Amino acid sequence: MASIKVDGQLVEVPDYYTLMQAAEAAGAEIPRFCYHERLSVAGNCRMCLVEVKGGPPKPQASCAMAVKDLRPGPNGEPPEMFTNTPMVKKAREGVMEFLLINHPLDCPICDQGGECDLQDQAMAYGVDKNRFAENKRAVEDKYIGPLVKTSMNRCIHCTRCVRFTTEVAGIAEMGLLGRGEDAEITTYLEKALTSELQGNVIDLCPVGALTSKPYAFNARPWELVKTESIDVMDAVGSNIRVDSRGREVMRILPRINEAINEEWISDKTRFVWDGLKSQRLDRPYVRKGGKLQPASWDEALATVAARIKKAGNKVGAIAGDLAAVEEMYALKALLASVGSGMTDVRPAMSGLDPSMPRSAYIFNPTIAGIEEADAIVIIAANPRKEASLINARIRKTWRAKGLPIAVIGEQADLTYSYSYLGNSLEALADLVAGKGSFGEILAKAQRPLIIVGEAAVSHATLGKQVGRDTIAMAAKLATGGADVAEGWNGFALLHNAASRVGGMDIGFVPHDGGVCSADQIVLAGKGELDVLFLLGADEYDMSAMGKAFVVYVGTHGDAGAHRADVILPAATYTEKSGTYVNTEGRVQVTNRAVFPPGDAKEDWAIIRALSGALGKPLPFNSLTQLRAAIYAEFPHLARIDQIAPGSVADVAKLAKAAIKSKSAPFGSAVADFYLSNPIARASAVMGECAATAAGLRQAAE
Amino acid sequence: MLADKDRIFTNLYGQGDWTLEGARSRGAWVGTKEFIDAGRDWITNEVKASGLRGRGGAGFPTALKWTFMPKVNDGRPHYLLVNADESEPGTCKDRDILRHDPHHLVEGCLLAARAMDAHLAFIYVRGEFIRERQRLEAAVEQAYEAKLIGKDNIHGWDLDIIVHHGAGAYICGEETALMESLEGKKGQPRLKPPFPAGMGVYGNPTTVNNVESIAVVPEILRRSGAWFASIGRANNTGTKLMCVSGHVNKPATFEEAMGVTFEEIIEKHCGGIRGGWDNLLAVIPGGASVPCVPGEKIRNAVMDFDGLREVGSSLGTAAVIVMDKQTDIIKAIWRLSAFYKHESCGQCTPCREGTGWMMRVMERMVEGRAQKREIDMLFEVTKQIEGHTICALGDAAAWPIQGLIRNFRHVIEERIDQYTYSSTSDGAVPSIAAE
Repeated sequence: MASIKVDGQLVEVPDYYTLMQAAEAAGAEIPRFCYHERLSVAGNCRMCLVEVKGGPPKPQASCAMAVKDLRPGPNGEPPEMFTNTPMVKKAREGVMEFLLINHPLDCPICDQGGECDLQDQAMAYGVDKNRFAENKRAVEDKYIGPLVKTSMNRCIHCTRCVRFTTEVAGIAEMGLLGRGEDAEITTYLEKALTSELQGNVIDLCPVGALTSKPYAFNARPWELVKTESIDVMDAVGSNIRVDSRGREVMRILPRINEAINEEWISDKTRFVWDGLKSQRLDRPYVRKGGKLQPASWDEALATVAARIKKAGNKVGAIAGDLAAVEEMYALKALLASVGSGMTDVRPAMSGLDPSMPRSAYIFNPTIAGIEEADAIVIIAANPRKEASLINARIRKTWRAKGLPIAVIGEQADLTYSYSYLGNSLEALADLVAGKGSFGEILAKAQRPLIIVGEAAVSHATLGKQVGRDTIAMAAKLATGGADVAEGWNGFALLHNAASRVGGMDIGFVPHDGGVCSADQIVLAGKGELDVLFLLGADEYDMSAMGKAFVVYVGTHGDAGAHRADVILPAATYTEKSGTYVNTEGRVQVTNRAVFPPGDAKEDWAIIRALSGALGKPLPFNSLTQLRAAIYAEFPHLARIDQIAPGSVADVAKLAKAAIKSKSAPFGSAVADFYLSNPIARASAVMGECAATAAGLRQAAE
Repeated sequence: MLADKDRIFTNLYGQGDWTLEGARSRGAWVGTKEFIDAGRDWITNEVKASGLRGRGGAGFPTALKWTFMPKVNDGRPHYLLVNADESEPGTCKDRDILRHDPHHLVEGCLLAARAMDAHLAFIYVRGEFIRERQRLEAAVEQAYEAKLIGKDNIHGWDLDIIVHHGAGAYICGEETALMESLEGKKGQPRLKPPFPAGMGVYGNPTTVNNVESIAVVPEILRRSGAWFASIGRANNTGTKLMCVSGHVNKPATFEEAMGVTFEEIIEKHCGGIRGGWDNLLAVIPGGASVPCVPGEKIRNAVMDFDGLREVGSSLGTAAVIVMDKQTDIIKAIWRLSAFYKHESCGQCTPCREGTGWMMRVMERMVEGRAQKREIDMLFEVTKQIEGHTICALGDAAAWPIQGLIRNFRHVIEERIDQYTYSSTSDGAVPSIAAE
């Protein structure tokens, strides 16, 4: 600890603190542009200048100078810094004037207006007159991809975007070209950025130089209603803020949650909102004469009820990637009321057996816990596509301590270097046997982190045993080492759908004689399953369902809706309050930002209404009652933002299972990051991103 | 006046042989082993006794800088980094050392490296110095062949020298930008602290010295620090390479004792001012970045660090730019502003935005197309840059303009008046050539 006087007030701070942190500890505000707590220190905007005693006799950049860099006074008095002296005021005014002389006066047409650091700080620290009589600098706008719009006249060269893309996103594609007043921020040859985290530069940009292209000129920040919610594009559960105007979602921004997404979100999370408005199912449909015809709710529900009555217990249900706990619980109860246990939330051929303990299907070490790992093995996953923010966290850890990482599966650019061990079960078996140099590393690791991707757990072609064996081997890697630290649970299952863990938590898996999703489809194909509910499920083989009566409860006109015999239009994650459990097992709840379009209803209410039409009403009439029932049965779901931890002993038990598979290829479960769910597929922006990523479009402007 | 026997750079004009053989015949590499054997502290103390101040412009005591290097090696290698990126307009002293007396530098590297426990020295040569670099490389090669440096050399202190060629950016002469450039990155200054002696090239302790500072070390050790200290005034000791350019009869680079007056050096080495002393308008006494001094004040000024501070300027690199009365002083300073605007790295705000602003205002003032109140505004802008930037380039860009306004404000005002008088009744001003 070191003591320092800030404006005469004595504070005790750790000696590695910067002057800026010390000032904040003392409650003194310091303006800044280039400084960002999650990026390296650049010290180039010079806005944070302060006066110091015990250091050089000129204003010092408080973001870059540490408390320990200052010398104590001649009699050992603590060093002093001042944030309110005439020297500081003059320095701030001077820097602000320099920033503004070449900054265009286009605030009225700038999307950053109202939430602009430069605007705010010019009001607080600038002067109101202009002495600059020359022409302002003009800079050409750059094309840097379909997501980020540039207006480079406004750039103040803080280099936050450059530092973010190089340090956090791991792409060395942005830079400051040229020098002096001709320096320009650009990507080399105006190539589109290839990062899946590039949207964050929009938030980082303190001025309006980098703004959201899809959101451009659509709204002003002060007219938006802000709803705090949770993202469901992947199983990470990023914390988001949904900004809406009237019935429309206008944009999505990240919220800070240190345990999950820090303050970043992936591009799919940020830019998927235009998909919420297109391809929407806004009224019920019933298939008549081979064609889907619009129908009333009463007609649609009556049709479904009639079919269920006829089917007896030959009714199945598959939940898709975006289903919330509430509707799965309701649907499970509905099926139970007709005596069916045919429910499944897992992808086809999942090796995650319903009998397995919770620690087998969650990311036990937690996302924040990645930073404690000392060796990482990634099995059959491309975390960059499947869980971009977990990948960013791995990169952060790798940058901080350069830990060894191995990959078995797809050999992709993950933004950090790793040992590539192969793409098959055999490579994993070799590693379990301790072969190779990475085997030795793992043998000595105290906190090994074994990430298992869905591509290995649900091996569609080779069946469930491959998944079971992968889990067993991964569990062995996580617990088998002699030096594994006490209490460390390194087994991490990486799901890529938001519904998965929640569904498994409430037992939306085959029970009481039910069969798994793949087998349900097989039964349907054989005519042995009469009614099949698809709860937003679009990722299954729709052509294999034979003559079964398919009820699609969902939001978008995607694969499931095309196959459906009755469509019951439902609400997306921005239109309902739903409970989601992320891949760590953390329970989070979304909030309704806007209402569902047209006649669409919240999913749980549809199922409740259907139960009424069926004459077997479910015992809840409101979301509160439904939640009370869920919480009574599964108390851990009531603990919002907490994780009910899995046990290490259970993982060790999993490791004892006999390995039966000999070989299997490992890949990644997400083929196209931008098109992985029905909302994303309905989004024009995501479509353009996918085309750009595939090299089909370049520099359209 | 410097006596001939006290001259350190005896081949400054290249009349003798620059090679190892020639350098040896002039006394280089004599007794080097004894100095090495005498140890780190002895060398440092001797240089301290000599009172040598850095010759790159800032005038920081060289021996003191060396003592900032860690006393005990913590496992990281120490580096000596010689700054041969001599790009200051008007300065051409290191160039002649590299061309004609490169062995002074090579030998100095060995001795300085001993004084800071370094086994590797980098010499960063300015991009435009092609021939100079070739000479230096040849000299280093000769020293390697004679086993004067390198592994297991005859002096018993291993030293490798790497000559690195820059790409021709002025900013890379700033010590931290130099290190960035040497590491292969964009030449932008680093934030200090950490200082190079703690964390320099590749994060290792590094001392950056000017070519001349290092090249005079062997002679100081050979003739003793007391000898060096006996030349010049207290706190401003030794000999100095000076380069006089501009409106003198014989522009020259020469070695002279510190503490002689401006008049003496001009009369002795440069054949007087063109058109006589009455024709002297102003002098920039220390390379482009220091304020100019009006002719009447400079004549009897003492050419050393303290002497020039007394007349409101500084010795800098002792590159004297003389301007007689035919000079358009506003245009001359504008040219320097254009230089600094062009060479600003663009990293930090005041310099990036301010150098262009200053240049443009100066551009108008050259014509007189300005308001008189803008003179004060310009002065304030230079004050807003000075001391607010990461490196000293901002200061260097500000000082010439401050010198101009302090000393030649009346010239600017006259120019503005002249411009106004020339306007026709409809307000148009015919283009006027500055007289």
